[in-house]
Amino acid sequence: MFSKLKPVWLVAGRELKDQFRDWRVLTPMVILIFCFPVLMNEFAKQTVDFLNQYNANLILERLVPFSIMIIGFFPITISLVVALEAFVGEKERGTIEPMLSAPLDNWQLYFGKLLVGVVTPLVASYLSIAFYLVMVSRQNLVMPPFITMLQLILLTTAHATLMVSAAIVISVQSTSVKAANLLASFIVIPVAILMQGEAVMLFWGNEQVLWLAIAGVMIISLLLIRVGIAHFQREYLLGREIDSFNLRWILRTFWRNFTGGARSVGEWYRRVLGSAMRRVAPAILAVALVAGVSLWMGYDWVMVNVTEMIENASPENLEKIASRARELPDLSSLQGGVNFPFLFLNNTRAVALIFFAGIFSFSVLGVLLYMINISLIGGVFALLQLLGIQPWPIFLAGVAPHGIFEIPALMIGSAAMLYIGVSIVTPQTGKSMGEVILELLADWTKIFLGLVVPLLAIAAVIEAYITPSLLMNVLK
Amino acid sequence: MIETHDLSKQFHDFLAVDGVNLNVQAGQILALLGQNGAGKTTTVRMLTALLQPSRGWARVAGYDVTRNGHDVRASVGVLTEQHGLYMRMTAVEYLDFFGQVYSLAPIMRKSRSDHLLEYFGLAEASRRRIGEYSKGMRQKLALARAMMHDPGVLLLDEPTSAMDPESARLVRDEIARLKSSQRTIVICSHNLTEAEALADQIAIIYRGRILLQGTLDELKHQVLGAPEYEIKFAGAWDSSRLKLPKDVEVLSRTESSLKVRVMRPQESNPQILKALSKVSAPVLAFQEEPRSLEQVYLKVMMEAKGLENVQ
Repeated sequence: MFSKLKPVWLVAGRELKDQFRDWRVLTPMVILIFCFPVLMNEFAKQTVDFLNQYNANLILERLVPFSIMIIGFFPITISLVVALEAFVGEKERGTIEPMLSAPLDNWQLYFGKLLVGVVTPLVASYLSIAFYLVMVSRQNLVMPPFITMLQLILLTTAHATLMVSAAIVISVQSTSVKAANLLASFIVIPVAILMQGEAVMLFWGNEQVLWLAIAGVMIISLLLIRVGIAHFQREYLLGREIDSFNLRWILRTFWRNFTGGARSVGEWYRRVLGSAMRRVAPAILAVALVAGVSLWMGYDWVMVNVTEMIENASPENLEKIASRARELPDLSSLQGGVNFPFLFLNNTRAVALIFFAGIFSFSVLGVLLYMINISLIGGVFALLQLLGIQPWPIFLAGVAPHGIFEIPALMIGSAAMLYIGVSIVTPQTGKSMGEVILELLADWTKIFLGLVVPLLAIAAVIEAYITPSLLMNVLK
Repeated sequence: MIETHDLSKQFHDFLAVDGVNLNVQAGQILALLGQNGAGKTTTVRMLTALLQPSRGWARVAGYDVTRNGHDVRASVGVLTEQHGLYMRMTAVEYLDFFGQVYSLAPIMRKSRSDHLLEYFGLAEASRRRIGEYSKGMRQKLALARAMMHDPGVLLLDEPTSAMDPESARLVRDEIARLKSSQRTIVICSHNLTEAEALADQIAIIYRGRILLQGTLDELKHQVLGAPEYEIKFAGAWDSSRLKLPKDVEVLSRTESSLKVRVMRPQESNPQILKALSKVSAPVLAFQEEPRSLEQVYLKVMMEAKGLENVQ
């Protein structure tokens, strides 16, 4: 094992040495490590003086953790430049070929670059945080508790891993340093938005959500590393020389994969969509299992939390809930707004949303959205039970008629999204990342247009014109 | 050794290398000649297992380039078109780094590095940053890196292009020494004199295809025809009296000289000398008309381009 890892240290060591000999990397790092905390400290002092006038103690308490998060983040942004040029920079300087010609495995080269890319900003971030904490300890500022401190360190580590792993994917796929730097906005913008959310959580003091954020960022980082290795091809690093947006090629490749050479709609359904469905079949099985888990989770959550809420509720509130539950919904008044176009567009939008959430998170967010959708069924089931209403007749009349079309459509659409995520993180020999993505998009479009949309249309017709009457009969 | 069959590489719509067949044995040097963009670098990259062939196969040092890429890379020393030097490192650090990459023991690394730096005249500058080196020094260091792990196969792209004549001579001597120690060497070059001096086999590549391949003599015979000889006489002498073998064609005749083309020199030249001696011809010199690789190359290229224009 050690002999396999040795080349990783070797590549990382050389890179690290090279970085520490470059004043253009060292100077901003030193400034950020030692000057930025001083500025932040001064800002904190001024804020404390100002907020003390208004007794805004909560904000004061959260100010230091917030500053730590920001101080930890800045050195990572500078080091991003180094990570971004890890491969493409060597390509531009002509140093990549001897390295690629050496007996190093792809993963050894990749992890060597990744290691130095992550370690450098992290060391800088930790040093910067430590320096700031020393300053905080010498002043009248509240030190964050151990758990918050641990969360901040882990958040900084997760941010560094996320940004560097994304930067290295970009570096492998880019044809020039300029292109890589331009593409960096795809890292900086989402991470900046993420940090705003985390800052809100920090001020809100919601520890649980912050733990989830740390876990989520780490999962995405690991998936990005997997994507990077899966699509790391020596040939690709040497082959492409021109940065060009070839729309014609994109459309041609997509169309070729979408039509699959079919000469009629029948043939397309039979052969092309059939083969796409066979590829997606394992993902359908996976989403079916996830559906089972989600149903149980929704049911369990409502059973535990709503029961607890009812137990803790005052008699007046309980009476209010009970009386509302006894009121029959006026389904005829709803029918005007809940019609076929509304239902169809709403459900189609849900599947499309799952797809978009999935494609930007290697299926993680897409699966989460799918789980939320399915868990709602379990939740409603539990809620009806808690209200003393028999859930099965309502489900058989109100969900099953259109659900037999809608739920499979949701599952197939989500499975296609999961298939895309899994395929992107799986090595595809002989194909560029662009080709792989276009093929996957074509597969998703085939399934979406050929199967999901027709199923959702049928479901919407039933839900709009048949389900309300059936439900009314049951509720009467 | 290097063996390829129908080796081809396609980049989308562009066929960069088309059906290349090579067979270079241990102790042989192959010179791959061709214009810029002819497919030399792509061929070398396939032989280094950097590019996957689209068609055909290649075996280098006994390993298949598609299936045993790691072993191929461990057995090959490559001098790339761009030298690929890390400018902030010193020569000693650089060679030591690549020595480690090729899993050489520390003692071996030190001795190989010292030897190569000494041989290429870089010992004095070995502690200086590579960024301070001249173009020629950088090329020598890149060559030293390619030789660092004493590989069985060397693929050298323009090994002497940036060097002064003295250094170029040094490199040529080293290549010749490596050849004599049973290494297999491929040189991509535009320097035809160098290729002529070093290569056992020459292959001319044009638009991805090998147009011509063989020993220098074979190429000359194939492209320029049978060798021509000039016989100079010490004064005026009637050469029409001379009875020449059947395969000898008279090209020109003057009072003091005779120019002939000999189809089978090994057999006919002794007979010509015998005939000259028989009639006591006052021979001053009997010499082959010099024909260079450059003539062969230019003619082949001209024909290829002409054919292309016709097509």
